[in-house]
Amino acid sequence: MSDATQNGPVLAADGTPLKRSLNRALRMQKLRALALIAPLLIFVLITFISPIIQMLWRSVENEIVAETLPLTVEALKDWDEKSGQLPPEPVYAAFVRDMKVAVANKLHTRLGTRLNYEQTGISSLFRKTGRKIKKWDPDTDGPFKEKLIKVNKGWGDLSTWQTIKLHSRPITPGYFLNAVDMRLTPDGPAMQPEDKRILLKLFGRTIVMSLVITFACIALGYPVAWLLANLPKRSSNMLMILVLLPFWTSLLVRTSAWKVMLQQQGVINDVLVWLGLVDDANRLVMINNQFGTIVAMTHILLPFMILPMYSVMQTIPPSYLRAAKSLGATNWTAFWRVYFPQSVPGIGAGSILVFILAIGYYITPEIVGGTKGVFISNRIAYHISSSLNWGLAAALGTILLVIVLLLYWAYDKIVGIDNVKLG
Amino acid sequence: MKLKAITALVATTALGVSMALADSNMANKITAVSWGGAYQKSQIRAYAEPYMKLNPGVEIVWDESSAEAVAKLRAMNEAGNITWDIVDVVAADAIRLCDEGLAEEIDPDKDLAAAPDGTPASKDFGDLLVSECFIPQIVYSTTFGYRTDMVGDNPPTSVCDVFDLEKYPGKRSLEKRPINNMEWALYCDGVAKDDIYDVLATPEGQDRALKKLDTIKDQVIWWSAGADTPQLLADGEVVMGSTYNGRLFSVIEEQKQPVAMLWDMQVFDLDGWIIPKGLSEDRKARVMDFVKFATDTQRLADQAKYISYGPARKSSAPLVGKHADLGIDMAPHMPTDPNNAKNTLLYNYEFWADYRDDIDAKFQAWLAK
Repeated sequence: MSDATQNGPVLAADGTPLKRSLNRALRMQKLRALALIAPLLIFVLITFISPIIQMLWRSVENEIVAETLPLTVEALKDWDEKSGQLPPEPVYAAFVRDMKVAVANKLHTRLGTRLNYEQTGISSLFRKTGRKIKKWDPDTDGPFKEKLIKVNKGWGDLSTWQTIKLHSRPITPGYFLNAVDMRLTPDGPAMQPEDKRILLKLFGRTIVMSLVITFACIALGYPVAWLLANLPKRSSNMLMILVLLPFWTSLLVRTSAWKVMLQQQGVINDVLVWLGLVDDANRLVMINNQFGTIVAMTHILLPFMILPMYSVMQTIPPSYLRAAKSLGATNWTAFWRVYFPQSVPGIGAGSILVFILAIGYYITPEIVGGTKGVFISNRIAYHISSSLNWGLAAALGTILLVIVLLLYWAYDKIVGIDNVKLG
Repeated sequence: MKLKAITALVATTALGVSMALADSNMANKITAVSWGGAYQKSQIRAYAEPYMKLNPGVEIVWDESSAEAVAKLRAMNEAGNITWDIVDVVAADAIRLCDEGLAEEIDPDKDLAAAPDGTPASKDFGDLLVSECFIPQIVYSTTFGYRTDMVGDNPPTSVCDVFDLEKYPGKRSLEKRPINNMEWALYCDGVAKDDIYDVLATPEGQDRALKKLDTIKDQVIWWSAGADTPQLLADGEVVMGSTYNGRLFSVIEEQKQPVAMLWDMQVFDLDGWIIPKGLSEDRKARVMDFVKFATDTQRLADQAKYISYGPARKSSAPLVGKHADLGIDMAPHMPTDPNNAKNTLLYNYEFWADYRDDIDAKFQAWLAK
């Protein structure tokens, strides 16, 4: 360095510039590190990230209409859906041509099912019409307008064609609108009729009940975690086993056990009647409602609250409390001003865990929720497995995901995510 | 060096053998999907065991996924990997699977056995072939059971007694979906049986049905699994409740609970097989052979020995005998028995295929109110 004549870069032993040589070594290290985490990374990408992306895609994807009825969709472009007039003959002719192909490939009923989500009755309209069109020749049998309307008067219905046109776009906002109790109409998005609005209500209920469950878990779990952290080793181990015991029992068994406990002819009511606290004719209704859901879910999720709290409390030195007391604090002040603030990260971690688990819960509300204790996930399950409206299910799932992320963000702003500790 | 060679040799042989084994297993395995429980057991005893006895090389394995069959088949189809060979579904699901192009179409006269007297299968099954893809097995019904010790001296005789809280106070259990409940409500609100679906197709009719259900809403426990009502009846939680007739049979005859059947306005429904689309030729041939055997006249009659569901073939009815374990006559317990079938309703597949989503949304909104 002191050698002024040597202005070139510093060289390594093998003659390459030191900077490059260092970079290479670092790159090698980085690559090796990447290779080490690669199995996990690929696993997460394939099994977690890609399904989520697929779900997001499915909630807006709507290629089926344009794929099954390409000519019709093209012909409908020239038709004004607000004109109050039925589409002209070319649309009907194009439709027959499309249907002919669709029937041969058995795709028309699938499209009927898709459009039936938007307008009741289209499913059977497509199925019945498909049977007739099979025998027609699109080149010679026209004109088709009268003919189709004769086959089924649904084809003379303005709303049928409006539905096809409205939902012919390959990317649709329709599912998301449906997910918030709205729908697409020729005049733009509108609210669903009053007697079909349910999903917003369920979203609200899911969030409120999950919060109630989270707070119930905090209230019940805090003292237990405190005991776990402060009892002598022997008894705290015993207590730990009791906390973990429910983990080793099937979820269904635990939920069904609550049914046995809480039902009107169940254990708790029987005891209350026997004690004379409750009249036999007026047994308490404690299940198949919100109360049942909250009790059963609080019980099931409690360990997820206790464990993070416990591991945080364990790290709080007992000498702090003693020091506070020796400086003149009362028991309460010592706890509230010294102990509690240090245990907050545990509460935070437990709350996030419990809340996020609760918001997506499905089987317990289904079994003990009755009518007022069911969650949005029960509707998602219905649309996945019963109605097969996967687009709507995906939209509902996406909204739920966004809500969780928003709440997480809000939590980070208010409490700070650095303030969360699992131990 | 030598050791390495030997290990490699052993490894390849082992691999080869295990692959060959897996292959031969695969070659003779039929994966059948059903509902589990007593129903699946009746299928195993009536169809699968006799079939495996006749065809020693074939193994039939069971999967209890019928409740989610439609969704799972759709997912399998999208993934391009069909792992099921034959699936037991209710008729409404069979129609949807056929609509979605997920089930194979069947030619009953070619693919299914004729009756012993030579009647072709299409005539023997008759109207019950509700979809081109559907191979009917049984007729079951959704109907009511009631606690004999909780109704006093005059037991309910009409489905409308379910709506009569004065005569029969107490809770009742109904299925948490509009199907059947809406029909019963309209019927008990004075709609003639033949007009029920015309009325139900209108928004006013739907409101009318919900209004009728409103009168008992506070007293209803809503079930979603077929085992719920039998349990609620056995515990005395409800005075009456709807479920599948076979479930009630087992509560009454096998568990000897104080429960009796209310057959009035039972709703007939069908259950049967579908073959998934997209099977390889040899798998398809194997499963077609099985289904031909499993839905012949004798086999369908045999199934009634184990569970109280009516065989779907006309020719099977005279062959229905006694229960295999209890030794009681099964004919009077069949939903199709003339004494039980005095006033019935047939599940309207076409109507519900169209209106299911619409009315379900209304129904759920009503429930949550």
